[in-house]
Amino acid sequence: MRAFSYERPSDLQAAIKAAGTSPDNQPPTQAAAQFIAGGTNMSDYMKLNVNRPERLIDLNKLSEPAMTAIRVDDAGLHLGALVRMADAQEHEDVVRMFPVICDSLRLAASGQIRNMASLGGNLLQRTRCEYFREVSWPCNKREPGAGCSALDGVNRQHAVLGGSEACIATYHGDFAQALIALDAEVEIASAKGSHRMPFADLHKRPQDTPQIETALSPSDIIVAIHVPAGPWRRSRYLKVRDRESYAFALASAAVALDMDGDTVRGARIALGGVATVPWRAKSAEEMLTGRKLDEAAAKEAADTAFAEASGRKHNAYKIPLGKQTLVRALLETQDMKV
Amino acid sequence: MSDAAPRPNENMGEPFPRIDARLKVTGQAPYPADAPIANLAYGTFAVSSIARGKINAIDIEPAKAVPGVLAVFTHREMAGQLEHPKFGNAAASSIAPLDTTDILHDGQPLALVIAETFEASQEAAQAIRVDYAAEQPSATFDAQGTETVAAKEASEQFEEDVAAGDFEAAFAAAPVTIDQRYSTPTQHHNPIELFSTTAVWDGDGLTVHEPSQNVTGWKVELAHQLRMEPEKVRIVSRYIGGAFGSKGPMTSRTAIVAWAAKKVGRPVRCVVSREQSCMTQTYRAETRHHIRMGADRDGRITAFAHEGWEVTSRPDPYVVGGTSTTGRMYDYGSVLTKVSIVKADRNTPGYMRSPPETPYVYALENAMDEMAVALNMDPVEFRRVNDTQVEPIGKKPFSSRSLMTCYDQAAEAFGWKERNAAVGSMRDGDWLIGMGCATAIYPTNVAPCTVRLRLNADGGLRLQCGSHEIGTGVRTIAAQMASERLGIPMDKIEVEMGDSSLPPAPVSGGSVSTASVCSAVIKGCASIRGKLFSAVVSADGPLKGAEPATLDMKDGAITSSDGRSMPMKEAFVAMKTGVIEDYAEFAPDGATPEAVSKLYGGQSEMKGGEKGEKVKYAFGAEFVEVRINTRTREVRVPRIVGAFAAGRIMNTRTARSQLMGGMIWGISSALHEVTEIDPRAARYVNRDLQDYLVPVNADIRDLQVILVPEVDMDVNPAGVKGLGELGNVGTAAAIASAVYHATGKRIRDLPIRLETLLT
Repeated sequence: MRAFSYERPSDLQAAIKAAGTSPDNQPPTQAAAQFIAGGTNMSDYMKLNVNRPERLIDLNKLSEPAMTAIRVDDAGLHLGALVRMADAQEHEDVVRMFPVICDSLRLAASGQIRNMASLGGNLLQRTRCEYFREVSWPCNKREPGAGCSALDGVNRQHAVLGGSEACIATYHGDFAQALIALDAEVEIASAKGSHRMPFADLHKRPQDTPQIETALSPSDIIVAIHVPAGPWRRSRYLKVRDRESYAFALASAAVALDMDGDTVRGARIALGGVATVPWRAKSAEEMLTGRKLDEAAAKEAADTAFAEASGRKHNAYKIPLGKQTLVRALLETQDMKV
Repeated sequence: MSDAAPRPNENMGEPFPRIDARLKVTGQAPYPADAPIANLAYGTFAVSSIARGKINAIDIEPAKAVPGVLAVFTHREMAGQLEHPKFGNAAASSIAPLDTTDILHDGQPLALVIAETFEASQEAAQAIRVDYAAEQPSATFDAQGTETVAAKEASEQFEEDVAAGDFEAAFAAAPVTIDQRYSTPTQHHNPIELFSTTAVWDGDGLTVHEPSQNVTGWKVELAHQLRMEPEKVRIVSRYIGGAFGSKGPMTSRTAIVAWAAKKVGRPVRCVVSREQSCMTQTYRAETRHHIRMGADRDGRITAFAHEGWEVTSRPDPYVVGGTSTTGRMYDYGSVLTKVSIVKADRNTPGYMRSPPETPYVYALENAMDEMAVALNMDPVEFRRVNDTQVEPIGKKPFSSRSLMTCYDQAAEAFGWKERNAAVGSMRDGDWLIGMGCATAIYPTNVAPCTVRLRLNADGGLRLQCGSHEIGTGVRTIAAQMASERLGIPMDKIEVEMGDSSLPPAPVSGGSVSTASVCSAVIKGCASIRGKLFSAVVSADGPLKGAEPATLDMKDGAITSSDGRSMPMKEAFVAMKTGVIEDYAEFAPDGATPEAVSKLYGGQSEMKGGEKGEKVKYAFGAEFVEVRINTRTREVRVPRIVGAFAAGRIMNTRTARSQLMGGMIWGISSALHEVTEIDPRAARYVNRDLQDYLVPVNADIRDLQVILVPEVDMDVNPAGVKGLGELGNVGTAAAIASAVYHATGKRIRDLPIRLETLLT
């Protein structure tokens, strides 16, 4: 923990102004001024000396109603970025329209953390890679060019999809898998005004710049999440983990199915715990579309989803596990009573 | 779940709630780091990020530049200032970190920053820059550069490699054999209360507030390191938030913080972060086992060999050596054992709940299950065939052994007969069901202990004993014993523990506390009773002329067996006094004449276990059901039943709680707990509770503890067998057995994680 100053602006423009300007291409995680909402990840990583903001700008008092609202209309679902995870997970419209979203929230973290954590902050949570979290290890994400300790280290929890020679840190969030599967968008306020971005574009694969985790600049603020309406009442999130609760996914699958009897009219699939970013498995979706969904089809979809996966010493199991997780999720979603 | 307050059966005490229960659950128990001290300064250690090498240079200027920093101490200031710790007594390790530029393990303290605030001390510690001359470290087994040494040659703590008969011949002749290797991982205690030291000087006297399982031992050891008289040192540790052995030995931090407090002329508090705890505290080292077992076709074990290897630090021959127990467990025809230690570039391991039994009995009981399968025998019947009342090494009788009663009662409660023995035969939808069982065993120890009792005429009792309430309920149990002997109610008894200025008690380790403290309380109460009885039989009153041996104390009165009675208050009048004080010293049978003076010198002379004319152990049997998803293979434990016989049960509530906690830890060690080591750097990787998993509430479903009545007055005057370390022995083997039953996969290396079960 380092000494920092603390500000609490009352509206978006003030918050953006407080963040000031940063050098070009500086990621928000390395900026002098950083935003805090629920703080469940920020304060943890400040104590570990991983996050080192000089100024913290607290978003919790922002007055814009859109930031704290949950609304449903014909276009779909609006989730304010400051809504607490615990409040969204039990919202009856969300439960009715998108069970996969509620599952992904309910199965995340612990009750206490969900009471604090905001939806926007949840999306931006940083990896839990042990080598990233302990600053005495070399880490390209913390210190570009330092090297990646996880590649040949203890990497049981690391990603088998979307990694690079610079970084294989897993994106651990659950909620994001539901959003990417449902073609969500994020509404972003910035110094230049407000714009929408496909959720799928928010997170950046590590490639050779693992320090750049998102498409956001340091003064950008996620205002809300929009989930387009769709036939996704038959949807769920399956999370496989070492213990029954309060653990990150070893593998997870967000699945939404639009069925015509046994035949798949439309499918949405995202994979968690196995990739460096929220991971949409479009090729598996396409493979299933128009097919009769049975064990064989589910297995084929799983093979397709993990076709590009590559494992290392301790995480190779995530490939068969991820496949089994997807098969299980597809068949269990098919069996849902809707 | 079984009732939290089981009704007492034969030879069991009432389920009184713990005296400190309300304080603990309402957060009001003052832990050592809560001690209100004026003018505190705060300390944070900077620690090594290499495991082997030397400090070339250490730059403390960036730390001194942090506002609020008072001082930074490194080897430059501290070399030669402290005596080196004495490993093997109350000290965790002989490593004296700030005395040298040598680095012997990851996380070795390199500097101590003292600042006006906790935050400033942290920031400054992080700012220190160290230039290392790093060498390639040896992390663990199989690493180049480790040194393997026979335990009996390296350690005074390890007495012998037990043996009986001609193993090699018997094994060669056995019609059914198994020959397998097992392993257990590094584990850390991770008590929720973090480790802390608060050092306060008053002139040349020092008081240290620190969670401790051994206040007297620490007082003497700390005085040694600080070159002081022990009388000038006081350790205070009234409440402890989880210990499990981790707060038994004192680490090098304590003397360094105390020295720094003197140097800066202010009280200093150092609370160690979770991440640093795992490097500066002790831990359960990883172990390996090679077991060979031979049996005849009727299931009688004719040959048993157990070889164990344990990791330790370079300088300290720490060894647990569980073969003394596994070699005596069953009626083997022949026994061969050997224990070796493997020296690596690690900090020194230490005691962790049932230090020898947890890993060694895991290996034995997993092998027992394998042998039962090889024999096509029911695993309970296999144990019955090999049960014995005489141990095979010294041919000495057990003082009591109710193992098969435990098996039978647990099997009945569990519904073992409903189990279909065929592998993979039981299933519930997408979940495979497996059922397994294993034996729990723990040596029954007792140690010298002293106590001071002060009884006033109103029946109020102050009981002072330098033992430690580490969560076992010993404070409550001591009061129960006094209540029973003096006939006074629990709410009139005040118990003081956890302070080295009290009469000394042994280290709260080896499950000695209930037996030792209660034996001392019995002795002190007997003395008070004697004084009262001799007064009332000679004074005018209803008991004049009564035979003292016919008298008892009940409900605030002195009663005789012929029905006469006199209020205790009047006995004080007869004695012409207001208060009776007694100081009692208990030493167990077989103790040396110096046992009590050694206790004052900080050393606990433990008796019991395999020593003595009869061997003394507590036993139990545990049965578990596991469920394993057919596709994703995660393992869950919906049901666990344990039956335990441990002599007199002082309090059925605290006993059940101890055993339950042990069984949950057993589940944890089977499925979750492992400290991962990066072999390239000999560094721990998962340093906090995010990645060091233990079960959460949702993991523990139906758990039943059965207390099996047992009377054994050979063990100690209280008839008590310590059970704090019994419940987590065997659990992991029972789970391995159940996993095999569900899947046909025999997992020999802990923890059992889903990747090893994926098909």
